[in-house]
This record gives sequence, C-alpha cells and structure tokens, in this order.
Amino acid sequence: MAEIRNYTLNFGPQHPAAHGVLRLILELDGEVVQRADPHVGLLHRGTEKLAEYKTFLQSVPYMDRLDYVSMMCNEHAYVMAIEKLVGVEVPIRAQYIRVMFDEITRILNHLLWIGAHALDIGAMTMFLYAFREREDLMDVYEAVSGARMHAAYYRPGGVYRDLPDAMPQYKVSKIKNASQLAKLNENRQGSVLDFIEDFANRFPTYVDEYETLLTDNRIWKQRTVGIGVVTPERALALGFTGPMLRGSGIAWDLRKKQPYEVYDRVDFDIPVGVNGDCYDRYLVRVEEMRQANRIIKQCVEWLKKNPGPVITDNHKVAPPSRVNMKSNMEELIHHFKLFSEGMHVPEGEAYAAVEHPKGEFGIYLVSDGANKPYRLKIRAPGYAHLSGLDEMTRGHMIADVVSIIGTQDIVFGEIDR
Amino acid sequence: MASTLEALKSAAEAALGANILSATIDRHELTLVCRADTIIETCTLLRDTPSLRFEQCVDLCGMDYSAYRDGVWEGSRFAVVCHLLSVANNQRVRVRFFATDDDFPVVPSLVDVWPGVNWFEREAFDLYGIIFDGHPDLRRLLTDYGFVGHPFRKDFPLSGHVEMRYDPVQARVIYQPVTIEPRENTPRIIREENYGG
Repeated sequence: MAEIRNYTLNFGPQHPAAHGVLRLILELDGEVVQRADPHVGLLHRGTEKLAEYKTFLQSVPYMDRLDYVSMMCNEHAYVMAIEKLVGVEVPIRAQYIRVMFDEITRILNHLLWIGAHALDIGAMTMFLYAFREREDLMDVYEAVSGARMHAAYYRPGGVYRDLPDAMPQYKVSKIKNASQLAKLNENRQGSVLDFIEDFANRFPTYVDEYETLLTDNRIWKQRTVGIGVVTPERALALGFTGPMLRGSGIAWDLRKKQPYEVYDRVDFDIPVGVNGDCYDRYLVRVEEMRQANRIIKQCVEWLKKNPGPVITDNHKVAPPSRVNMKSNMEELIHHFKLFSEGMHVPEGEAYAAVEHPKGEFGIYLVSDGANKPYRLKIRAPGYAHLSGLDEMTRGHMIADVVSIIGTQDIVFGEIDR
Repeated sequence: MASTLEALKSAAEAALGANILSATIDRHELTLVCRADTIIETCTLLRDTPSLRFEQCVDLCGMDYSAYRDGVWEGSRFAVVCHLLSVANNQRVRVRFFATDDDFPVVPSLVDVWPGVNWFEREAFDLYGIIFDGHPDLRRLLTDYGFVGHPFRKDFPLSGHVEMRYDPVQARVIYQPVTIEPRENTPRIIREENYGG
C-alpha cells in the first residue's frame, strides 16, 4: 500500500494573491487545507522601536506607512494618543476635517479592498473601476497635504492646515488637449470642499455599479457564500474587530459605541452581517462605503458654514503661524524648540483607538516625561485577523484560501510594522 | 464617564480581590496591576464575571522598563500589558503584570483564556524574550529566520548587531557586523516639573 502523506505547499511571499509579502505554508490533504501557517515579518521595519528614537512629531509620517491604504486613520489614532496624554483640546473644525478625512480614507481603503478581492477571485473589471474613484480621492489628499498617499496631515492638536480654497487642476500637456482638459477640470473649478461634495454626489451611483457587477453575480456568490464562516463568539475570542466582527453579526463600531471627535454629531448607520461568511463581509463593507459617503456629505455641509482655527493655539504642542514666528521673538523660540527638541509629553500611558477601515486600530503610548515616547505599541487590526487565518481556512479548498485572505483585507504594512 | 470607571474599578476589586496589586484611574483609563502567578485565574474572572465580561483581548504587548526615566525604575524589568475590551458592557481595562525574573522572564500564557492572544504572545516573545509558559507554539514571528537577540529590549541598539549583504565571491547572502555608526540627532531629555512655565 502506498503511504499517503499530506502535501505541503509554499504560498508566497511573491504570490499576487498574497496581498504583499505573506508567506503561507499550507498543509494539504488533496486540495483540502489541513493547516495554514502564515510566516509574516518580511516587511518588519521596527516602527515601534524607531519611534522610541524620534520625537513625538517625527513619528507622524511613520504612521502613514503602516497601513498604506488607510493612511490618515493611522495618523488619527497616533495623534489622539498624544492628545490624550498631553490633554490638549482639538478645535471643532479640525475635528470635522478629521472625521471627513477618516471617511474619505475608509472609502479609499474599501475601494482598494473590493478591487483586489474581486481580482483575486477573478473579476478583473472591479479593479479598474475602483481605481478610477481612488484617483479622485487621492487628488483630495494631495490638495490638502501635498502627498497623494503619505499625507502626514493630522498633527497633535489639529490638522496641519485648513482646506485650500482652490482645487488643483490638470494642466496642458502633450497628451491632453484643451477640450479634454476642460472636461477633466469641470468639477475642479471651486474649492476642495466643492470637489469633495461633487464626488460625494457621484459616488452612490459608482457603488451601484460595483453591486451590479458583484452582488448577484453567480461566480462571486459561489466563491464567497459560506466561505470562511466565523461565529460571533469565535470572532470575539479571536480578537476580530471592524467588518470582520460586524460580518458575524455583532453591531460593534467604535464610532457609535465610544464616539471620538464629532462622530456623535453625524448621522450614520452600522451595517451588520448575518452568516459571518465572506459574502456578508463583502455586503458590510459595501454598505460602509455608502455610510461613509453620507458622513462626508454632512461634514462638507458643516465645514462650508463654519470657518475657524484648525489647530490648537497651545504652542507647546503645535507650531505658531509663520507670520507670528517671523515677527515675534517668543513665537520664534516656540517654533525652534518645538521642531528641535520637540514637545514634552507628561509621564503616563494612554491607549487611543479609532475605528479604522479594517477594524480597531489602537496606539498604546507610554511616556516617561521625555521628548520621545518610551514605548509605542501599534495594535493593528489585520494582525489579529491574520492570526485567525489558520482557523478560518481549515477544511476549505485551496482556492478558498485566496477568498479568505481577500476578505480579511490584509495589508502587510500594519501587520509587520 | 468618571462614575462608570469608578464602578468598574470597584467591581474589579470586588471580583479579583488579592489578585490585583493596584488599581488606578488615569486619563479616563483604568489600569490594573496584577500578580503574575495567578494571572490566568484573574483573566478568567475578568472574562466571566457578569459585571466585567471582558470577552475580548484587544492587544497584548511586552514592556521593558529598564531605561524608564533614565534608569530609576525599581522593580521587575519586564512586564506584559493587555488591553481588554468588553463588548457587552462597553468598557475597557488595562492589565499589567510583571515577570519576576529579569534574566529569564517567564509568565503564564493567556491563550486558554483568549485564543486571539496567540500571535501577540509570539510577538512579545520575539521582541522582548518574554517566555509564555503554556503557549502551544512559541516561535519567532516578526524577525528574520535565525535572528539572534530580542530587538525591542532597551539594551539592543537601534541599528542592530548584524547587517545583510550579497557576497559575490561566495555567491550568496551573508551576515556581517553592522557598518552603520549609531547617530543621535535629537537627544532624549526629561525636563523637571513645570520647566519653562
């Protein structure tokens, strides 16, 4: 009799469906997964250690590079942890701007997720559709911060600057003639807020397009319904958060349950799944995009009516304006000390969590009173989700592993840190 | 908000009794410092007592206190910090317990209480060298295969001990001692109370 042994398969780290640098050791019995052992750490940069050697402000750009598809949400948790330790008040307009950009980021993240997830399962078109909309939102990122992705826009005490009055426009080039240009710049005539509003008005029809392609699609349903089922109790025990938890039917959202910034002033709903499979999590995320759009609209409306400061006037935390810095000795000293020595954060510890597009993104910050953090721990939602991959894939076919990686919305920047 | 925290604190003190060494409320967060030897019992109580119901361990991380306030820390060097979340009661708590032996830190593993801490404990082992007794699969997770040392300890240099390069003679990737000079652009300073007003 021939001896039958399990077959071990190495998946990644260069596999396109591995969403970056995931190396999976799969133990297979025929085509059925018996055990999945993720090997992570190929993108480990030691962000937490690096932060211990940087002043508090210098670590803000590192946060963008954690989960590099939801940049501003990462920054948000970090600046919230500092604000909690220092005890600084954030101006109300800055809070609205943050909420608006958190939701823009949520749409950016879910667009990349839906594109990549669908591409993994075999729906090529979704990727192209999703990137069409991402382009507009990244232009908004660029308009406020100067960078399309790694914004470093949130600062302790507020945001770096107010929203610009004019939306940047396309310029004439070899490949763009005047009539094309006029069409491209049609919705860029007003301020950034006008552009965001125009986007928010267009976006629901785009989501309808995605749903037309996927929601009732036979292949999509065959690949996602009943795959990777997680019971609510198990999801809690495994540390799942965000859509992974809501897909299993637990209505838990930090924006509602432990509201931060102005989430208690805006109106939105929390979608919840029933079966806890990949399809339910897909539906939850699609509805989250619609709800995010709703929040953006409310923020735009408020921001248009209410001008005001966007960063605190406590110059131990935030720099003074350029004009004051050039004309006032004391402000000059503040500016110099803030950017050379950095702010001093009182001794203590704080944990700040935001409802990141992927789940609960938390920053645990310990300060011993110095100008640098004593310890920074990044609680990445994807880390807990990936640790549950073994349990979720057991007994599924090898092709379902790809669906489950997709539904977990894995990004290695945050998992490896 | 303050009253619910106070209520949580007294509920925790009533349920856990002598298992907690101290309970403090700072910046709207409750921190429990617990005894390491009874930590499994403590955490099971935290999970199952109806007034607490911390059914989720959101985060678990290692801590190295050896350089705290430039080395005035007295007490055990290594600690484990957990952040617990109660979805049922909508509250959070931070639990800290110290490993008694500084040279060979061992604490009980919490995998049986919350299965989700598996990877968090592997990470704390990898980065701090804290050994979790009873963990089913305590391997390194984030560092390279064959890595030596525990990089997040305060006595581990930022630039590390070895660097990697391709050696054309041996036609493979080799490790060699680091060639980077350690550099500090902004010194780490702790100012006295109320410095500068």
